[in-house]
Amino acid sequence: MSAKNPEYDFKWCPGCGDFGVRRALEWAVEERGERTGEPIYNNVIVAGIGCSGNLVHLYEGEQQPYGIHGIHGRTLPIALGVKMGRPDLNVIVVAGDGDFLSIGQEHIAPQAARNLDITCVIMDNGVYGLTKGQSSPTGEQNMVTNSTPYGKLEVGLNPLQFFLSVGVSFVASAFSGKPRDMAKLMGQAMDHPGFSIINVQSPCTTYNDTFEMLKGSKNKGIEPALYDIPEDHDPTDWNAALEIARADGVPVGILYQEQYSQPLHQRIIDTIHPQFQAKTVPEMLEAFVL
Amino acid sequence: MERRDFVVRFAGEGGQGVVTAAEFLARAAATVGYHVMTFATFPSQIKGGPTYTQVRISTDPVLSSGDEIDVLVALNLEAYNNHKAEVREDGVVMYDTVFEIDAETRALGVPIEVLAKEAGEARSANMVILGALAHLVNMPKEYFQDFVAERFKGRDKVVDFNTKALELGRLHAATSEFQLGSLMAPIRPEGKQILIKGNDALSIGALQAGVDYYVGYPISPATPIFIFMEKNLVGPGRFAYQATSEIESITAIIGAGYAGKKAMTATAGPGFTLMSEGLGLAWMAEIPCVVVDVQRGGPATGLPTKTEQSDFQTALHPAHGDSKLPVIAPGTIEECFYSAIHAFNWAERYQGPVILLSEHMMAERSQNIPMPDLDLVPPETRETYTGDNGYLRYDGAELSAMPIPGSPGAYVANGSEHDSYGDTTHLAERHVQMTERRFGKLKLLEDGHYESEGTDSPIAIMPWGGSKGPGREAWEALIASGQSIGWYYTMFLHPLPAKLLEELLQKELVIVPELNYLGQFSSYLRTYGIRAESITQYTGLPFKVSVLEERITKRVEAHGRGVVRV
Repeated sequence: MSAKNPEYDFKWCPGCGDFGVRRALEWAVEERGERTGEPIYNNVIVAGIGCSGNLVHLYEGEQQPYGIHGIHGRTLPIALGVKMGRPDLNVIVVAGDGDFLSIGQEHIAPQAARNLDITCVIMDNGVYGLTKGQSSPTGEQNMVTNSTPYGKLEVGLNPLQFFLSVGVSFVASAFSGKPRDMAKLMGQAMDHPGFSIINVQSPCTTYNDTFEMLKGSKNKGIEPALYDIPEDHDPTDWNAALEIARADGVPVGILYQEQYSQPLHQRIIDTIHPQFQAKTVPEMLEAFVL
Repeated sequence: MERRDFVVRFAGEGGQGVVTAAEFLARAAATVGYHVMTFATFPSQIKGGPTYTQVRISTDPVLSSGDEIDVLVALNLEAYNNHKAEVREDGVVMYDTVFEIDAETRALGVPIEVLAKEAGEARSANMVILGALAHLVNMPKEYFQDFVAERFKGRDKVVDFNTKALELGRLHAATSEFQLGSLMAPIRPEGKQILIKGNDALSIGALQAGVDYYVGYPISPATPIFIFMEKNLVGPGRFAYQATSEIESITAIIGAGYAGKKAMTATAGPGFTLMSEGLGLAWMAEIPCVVVDVQRGGPATGLPTKTEQSDFQTALHPAHGDSKLPVIAPGTIEECFYSAIHAFNWAERYQGPVILLSEHMMAERSQNIPMPDLDLVPPETRETYTGDNGYLRYDGAELSAMPIPGSPGAYVANGSEHDSYGDTTHLAERHVQMTERRFGKLKLLEDGHYESEGTDSPIAIMPWGGSKGPGREAWEALIASGQSIGWYYTMFLHPLPAKLLEELLQKELVIVPELNYLGQFSSYLRTYGIRAESITQYTGLPFKVSVLEERITKRVEAHGRGVVRV
């Protein structure tokens, strides 16, 4: 529940990119449900703390999936808990770049090494919105915010390059202004058997409005930063993906998808279960008998 | 002179086999039918560094590791110098003749390696020591011989050289005039006995409770629980896994608890501190999980391999904001097993995090206990929601059925203050309602059992956790000497059993022996209006019984003189 819940008092700012992401996720989950026959309650959304995480409350009535709105920066290990507890569930992480890439960054590489079978949707706006506009990892160098009044000292993090370099097995890039395309990418990410991240340009209209930079402006002579990844790009080619990630502009589409991706729960079934002989509690205690 | 009790300390350098020798002695003695308890303390390194393990062997159930040493087995000069002061007057120092000592004490030099080689195998050095020990307490040589024959059954050569080594050690000791009287024949305990360490007992207890999800991170002295789970918590529907930090451990088990699993992690002080925020989330969002804190000395890295009971207040209040977590603390190896089942039962029953506080001194020691009764504490499972979607998960002032993902009843488990749906809210009335709901659920846990004796006395002692054993031994001695003091004990520290709380409120003085500086448990009791005072110790070691007797007597005498607070 939510949008019609009179007690729920959270609102995104008008024009926030996150509206588009929510719409896309609703479509993607619905489409997946129709395709697989799985009920809505087989989906668990693990939400970060920040503006974006509130997405989890914005479903209505029958369309409500399960959700955890936990603590700042820990979406990934919570998702590890849900997914490895119940590998049959479809687990989706929604978080902002502050939550996911700053306080939560330490959890990304381990999940990639495990190839945890979850889908992450990162709403990247280069700024901490809910705490009113501080600098975030993806914000550009020299950017002036209230926490960097003399300009940001650090080089802005290139999230796509980072995800590729730590071995994320599905990396895509999207734009909140194109929810239909994004929903399609989300569907592909959820189908991918492994760790998937979609980095979404989801501008903050209040503190870091990048719409114009992303879409361009003919009047002002600004070329759009967004471009579709060419159809001839081979997403199984990691080096080609890295080239796209490092090039200028903001690509839209799948950069990389590992061809033979084996998720963590499958590795356990394939490698550990055959080695294991189950013992009952009485059998275990018997081993200590004098 | 007949003796009921015998304390041996093996001391040397890490890697010299001190622990192995002690464990072997304990197992051999327990197999024959004696009661045994070991106590180990060692430096935080793998090779080298001073280390010792103590074994107490008795015809009666053992409550503490023993105050004074009957025999010190010193494997190097440093060990001799460090421990000789604790050898009782009529005790004996057994030392390896590869080094020399200034023998003011009763000392028996044993050419351990020479005799072992003579027996046919240098690895039989421990048997040389055991043979000599057997002579010192006039133990029939068959005891250890039979044990060796049984243990190495089918390996005739091994039986042969170990038996020879036992005999050579015995004969060598017989050349000296030292003897410590005769250890009485064992009174074999009734029923099947197991020899087990606290960490193992706790791990198997958790399996009996139905644990099916474990994520942990290596940390002394909790690592053996983690290793046990990695090895045994495997198979369909089960998961045991190494995290990259304790932050990951706690949040992962919260995710699993939310998904319907009986989830657990085990850690020690430093890791527990990292779990603070996560534990607040589990409390707030009402998610069952069990966190074991095997206490060591703190703060910070502190004393990783020493024992302390200094995490109680942290266990009670690990997180910021209004919360007070349920805490169960086993006081014996047997209770390590049962407390794990209770911890899961509590977590499932009130739908939230439960802290199981163990201690280094129990985690690492071996003791014989009766085979646990698997029917004694039936495992409980949370009440789950079985209706349709559109459920109000957090409705009302009391516990409500918990929906499990994959079934209808979808909701948001929210770490922000929330309404019945689980949606974030800032309404004052909702925060009041939800805060009271969370605290109100603790009522479900007030039916824990407790021990009480000598309840007529206005003065009582009430140790908690691992201080139960030394506390009990001291109490028994004081009662035997004619003092009138009551005894109270429970492993259910928060919430306290309601009836126990009533009884304690009647007391003029409740003395709490505990291993910390602050007197953490007595200050907690005082918040309920109980006139409680601590006897504290913060040496990294457990209480000595004689010290407790003295300090309790002193406090009781002061009370008699009208002293209200010391």
